[in-house]
Amino acid sequence: MNIHEYQAKEILKKYGVAVQNGFVAETPEQAAEAALKVKNEYQSDWCVIKAQIHAGGRGKGKIKGSEQRGVQVAKSPEQAKEIAQNLLGGTLVTLQTGAAGKVVNKVLVAQDVFYPGESEPKEYYMSVLLDRGKKENVIIYTTEGGMDIEEVAENHPEKIFREWIDPTTGLQAFQARKIAFNLGLEGKAFKEMVAFVTALYKAYDDTDSAMFEINPVLKTSDNRIIAVDAKVNLDDNALYRHKDYADLRDLAEEDPTEVEAGEHNLNFVKLDGNVGCMVNGAGLAMATMDIIKLSGGEPANFLDVGGTANAQTVEAGFRIIMSDPGVKAILINIFGGIVRCDRVANGVVEAYRKIGNIHIPIIVRLQGTNAEEAKKIIDDSGLKVFSAIALKDAADIVKRVLSETSSDQ
Amino acid sequence: MSILVNKNSRVIVQGFTGNEGTFHATQMIDYGTKVVGGVTPGKGGSLHIDRPVFNTVSEAVKQEGANVSIIFVPPAFAADAIMEAADAGIGVIVAITEGIPTKDMVMVKKFLERKNSILIGPNCPGIITPEEAKIGIMPGFIFKKGNIGVVSKSGTLTYEAVDQLTKLGLGQSTAIGIGGDPIIGTTTKEAVELFMNDPETAGIVMIGEIGGGMEAEAARWIKENGNKPVVGFIAGQTAPAGRRMGHAGAIVGGKDDTAAAKMAIMRECGIHVVESPAEIGQRMKEVI
Repeated sequence: MNIHEYQAKEILKKYGVAVQNGFVAETPEQAAEAALKVKNEYQSDWCVIKAQIHAGGRGKGKIKGSEQRGVQVAKSPEQAKEIAQNLLGGTLVTLQTGAAGKVVNKVLVAQDVFYPGESEPKEYYMSVLLDRGKKENVIIYTTEGGMDIEEVAENHPEKIFREWIDPTTGLQAFQARKIAFNLGLEGKAFKEMVAFVTALYKAYDDTDSAMFEINPVLKTSDNRIIAVDAKVNLDDNALYRHKDYADLRDLAEEDPTEVEAGEHNLNFVKLDGNVGCMVNGAGLAMATMDIIKLSGGEPANFLDVGGTANAQTVEAGFRIIMSDPGVKAILINIFGGIVRCDRVANGVVEAYRKIGNIHIPIIVRLQGTNAEEAKKIIDDSGLKVFSAIALKDAADIVKRVLSETSSDQ
Repeated sequence: MSILVNKNSRVIVQGFTGNEGTFHATQMIDYGTKVVGGVTPGKGGSLHIDRPVFNTVSEAVKQEGANVSIIFVPPAFAADAIMEAADAGIGVIVAITEGIPTKDMVMVKKFLERKNSILIGPNCPGIITPEEAKIGIMPGFIFKKGNIGVVSKSGTLTYEAVDQLTKLGLGQSTAIGIGGDPIIGTTTKEAVELFMNDPETAGIVMIGEIGGGMEAEAARWIKENGNKPVVGFIAGQTAPAGRRMGHAGAIVGGKDDTAAAKMAIMRECGIHVVESPAEIGQRMKEVI
């Protein structure tokens, strides 16, 4: 589960990780108040207004239809209000959001941390995540902060350091020192970095996170080490151990059809294609999307109905897929093991009749337990549903149906 | 022959008396699997579906000579169950449970380094040696005894591939679903290696999906050590980057773990890669 920067920073602070402080605002007025609070509590005359969306690249991203950037400096509470006015309700398009962008519902009004002082400020990059190959967590860090990490990895792989953590002992002091030395730090900044890394790893480990990305980690002009941005992804499977984090979920950040599907216990991912699909099992669902592509279509979604494909799930799936006007056909692909195909077929017929008014071709491929009976149920239903048993036949029907739809237009 | 399990495997079920455990234990027994008992802490000493229930795995090992365990306990207790089985000396542990926190599995992997157990899964359909032992939740009737080894990250996609093979007259030596989580026990490469060393396996079907580097690792191993034809497929050619496709581990993280990248490296390593999942069986028939 992804969370917002302001939420991630709250978690970091709880674990003693120094962060760029601030207050969240949902209206321009709140932003002005927040700017005043930032000024009073953190002695920061200027403040930074940061759009809160679940995507990176906000600093370079722009609000649709304007030149407004997703992260801006305000020199007064009045200006903070004005910037918040421009951002809130707007759609921010960044490299990571895609062309559709994401609506800004909240801004973080944060302290200005690039103040002048005894030394030059310096930006680093640090993330903690699972190394699937080594089966251990790894801290990835580089002196090249504030930039796109993939670009650094591509052009300067030698500048990227990795420190693997043994799960039985956790992060050791020597590892934290090594990281601070590799970043070229000394004196106060060195000590601060050791404390920063130690607290950061504890936060990651205790919260059962899947990823922490701090970009940039900043050495301020007075040699403090703080997290200026924070991207945190929590392990969905571990959320039962962190009931309080469930509240951090922001449904506004998710596709509404995906949220609805989740309520029906359907695993759904919205895509942009013209052929919807409904499948049991994640691997077969991905394979079905591939079949659609090979048949000349584009998958409109990923949908795994899981082990219980019955009339209710099929109906919910139908409705969710058909809410997308771009869908020109639907392929249902069920491999019945424990689930019996004849029951799924009855479910399809029932759901089809209940919804009524289905104007797009439905292709049903049922294989496995009682597949023959299932095909007969579909064929005898009198509905405009194509049935198939072999996967190849289903692919051929998709191809034929698509060519007929395109020639209709 | 077969790998890992056969008609002599003495199987126990952890989470025996729960709904899932009861249903699938019954199916496994019906298939002919030698299920010698089960474990449900606190219910030891009773009988369940005519088999003894034990409080601990070590008791089941001592009294029934159990050497294979299948785990149906809920995610919060599954890591503990795996470690208990390994500690009791169970040789092959099959974890069906879906939704185990990654952190727990990182610990389990570390724990298993010091044990002699082989873990299959979690979040997998299990393992089957047709007509001998079914230790999993797969529909037994689609499998047929033969000489094709099948290794796959997915459940129903495995059934799809097996069904194609069986209908073309190609039976299976053993089929393993290794699971779709980011951290799993037996990897694709380890399963392929077992099949390569199994004299009764003549060809291997290897099915992967987006995310992680296991298929590439297996492909490189095959290039160096392979002595049997391998047919490969990677699900998720149309999956968008950064989105989790059902399985916790099925997510494109970079340019190396896309379906296209994996297929390319598999081809380079001499694997017969099919673009369509409908062609897995047919391609095996051609190359075997």
